Amino acid sequence: MKVETITTESVGESTSTLPLVRGAGKAIARTTIFVPGDAAALALGADAVAAAIAVEAARRGIALRLVRNGTRGMVWLEPLVEVATPRGRIAYGPVVAADVPGLFAAGFLAGGAHALCLGPTDEIPWLARQQRLACRRIGVVDPRSLVDYIACGGGEGLRRARAMAPAAIVDAVTESGLRGRGGAAFPAGIKWRTVLATPAAQKYIVCNADEGDSGTYSDRMLMEGDPYCLLEGMAIAGLAVGATQGYIYVRSEYPHAVDALNAALAGAGDFLGDFKVEVRKGAGSYVCGEETALLESLEGKRGIVRAKPPLPAISGLFGRPTLINNMITLASVPDILARGAAAYRELGCGRSRGTLPFQLAGNIKYGGLVEVPFGLTLRNLLYDFGGGSRSGRPLRAVQVGGPLGAYLPASQFDTVLDYEAFAALDGAGLGHGGIVAFDDTVDLARQARYAMKFCAIESCGKCTPCRIGSTRGVEVIDRIRAGDTRQIALLEELCETMTQGSLCAMGSMTPIPVLSALRHFPEDFGDKRT
Amino acid sequence: MESLVTVASIIEAHRLRPGALLPILHGIQDALGFIPPEAVPLIARDLNLSRAEIHGVISYYAHFRQTPPGRHVVRVCCAEACQAVGGQALAEHARTRLAGSELSFEPVYCLGLCACGPALQIDETTLHAQVTPEKFDALLAALEAAA
Repeated sequence: MKVETITTESVGESTSTLPLVRGAGKAIARTTIFVPGDAAALALGADAVAAAIAVEAARRGIALRLVRNGTRGMVWLEPLVEVATPRGRIAYGPVVAADVPGLFAAGFLAGGAHALCLGPTDEIPWLARQQRLACRRIGVVDPRSLVDYIACGGGEGLRRARAMAPAAIVDAVTESGLRGRGGAAFPAGIKWRTVLATPAAQKYIVCNADEGDSGTYSDRMLMEGDPYCLLEGMAIAGLAVGATQGYIYVRSEYPHAVDALNAALAGAGDFLGDFKVEVRKGAGSYVCGEETALLESLEGKRGIVRAKPPLPAISGLFGRPTLINNMITLASVPDILARGAAAYRELGCGRSRGTLPFQLAGNIKYGGLVEVPFGLTLRNLLYDFGGGSRSGRPLRAVQVGGPLGAYLPASQFDTVLDYEAFAALDGAGLGHGGIVAFDDTVDLARQARYAMKFCAIESCGKCTPCRIGSTRGVEVIDRIRAGDTRQIALLEELCETMTQGSLCAMGSMTPIPVLSALRHFPEDFGDKRT
Repeated sequence: MESLVTVASIIEAHRLRPGALLPILHGIQDALGFIPPEAVPLIARDLNLSRAEIHGVISYYAHFRQTPPGRHVVRVCCAEACQAVGGQALAEHARTRLAGSELSFEPVYCLGLCACGPALQIDETTLHAQVTPEKFDALLAALEAAA
């Protein structure tokens, strides 16, 4: 990923090569332009836009500072180009390379009017209505610049933590009400306290960045857009529990995120003090997002789930006490220490405190990252933020919380977004906050089959209900879809076995999408010869 | 064999790291495009593991290949968010178009491009969003023209 500061120094030469000088900025007045280097922006053509801007600036003899920031999370507006002006940052998007000469002609370097102009970025309603904490700097800062991170308020949490006793840091996390953002929603403070209370010569901090749930990308956005926030959170965790070594386990499907983290580490200097962090790449196994399988993988083994106990907090990586948290959990910590646990706890509803970065995905018009306090309804997200389906057809089903999450019908769209309200529905959860929308062309029997198929592909094989049950599940659903509806009872029984008998969430939660599809969309399981 | 010299140097670079096996396997695949069978005994010897254990790890993870890939590897997302916007049709189209070609098709379960699907990745470097079968054909033509 080209997340680098490119200084375009044009002195009006008429050469065909790009007059690019790479390196630190010069002391001349230059307009700063932001073109995201985030993977989603790249997939939508951001590199071509950045190159076109450099070429056009050179042609016009204009000196620019081009920053490859993260994404603001308004994915439907990517590539979203921003210009720093005295009025603040002005946004233009979605920009394609062919728009660039026209943008220059319209005076966009001074925030000039253009059909693609969206006004000041911070005033775009979709963004202004959010309350970003963990994601507050994504898209704002230059992800490769520690100086920029500090200038935008980063580092304050770690500075405070260094003046605190370990138990006081753990107390702050406990009082904030922060719960694990990976999906299990376990109270973070309890985990931290357990690791702190377990004596050992060596302890570890492990960041679970194996963001395998379809419909989720907040971890990826954070790694690519504000990696120092994660590193700060891990360093604070290290101080809190007495660990000096951290690992970030990133899925291999995210090569750009791996590069961004390594670049941030290379530029970290003494920001982290004695705390060391290493990035480790996964290898395409969904179940490695389960914490004990992840630890096995980090140890260089097959990513097979361990039986618990012992808890990783007591005997984790290489048998040592290990604090393993999801990335968003760790990235929430700097803010909690910098602004106080009470400020975090004040947000949210019920036992779900603080904010959750929701991710709108699938067939949705305005897809992207929405970080808001718990308490909105699913409908708020789907329509007030998402604008309904991308296809223009009615939304028929929404899967919340990844491949192990329930398919919800429109009648459940008014459910409040908090952990307990969602757990009350079909045993579903909010998971990692991924929300995948489907329009009325979806076939829920096919989605149920996919849930079983995915489990069959990804099962680690250690326990029988998951390994065999998923394959039998595919077969049974195939028979139902072929018209043998007597098999529905068998499917329900199979799901019961998987739920009760599986070792981890892979096998025990695969029935959730299957049974929710069956319950809410029975017509899709009717006589339907394919 | 030249590739075994590469393998040996990668093993040497990582062998003392805790949990060295995955970094070694990634290093070999990144350098050679796959993990040749001849590499297995070398890794086993240097990590003091059995060949069966090494094979077990390589074959467990979808990312690792034991045979050389095509000239380019095209990974098409087959997960739910992309399914919701035509991902299955794209994957079928891609699989058919790439069958018997010099390029490899691989299904992938989420690239984190879930708000702009269907998505695909070429050679772990290039990403494409909102890919239709027509756009896929244009990408394919560009890859073939660049040969």
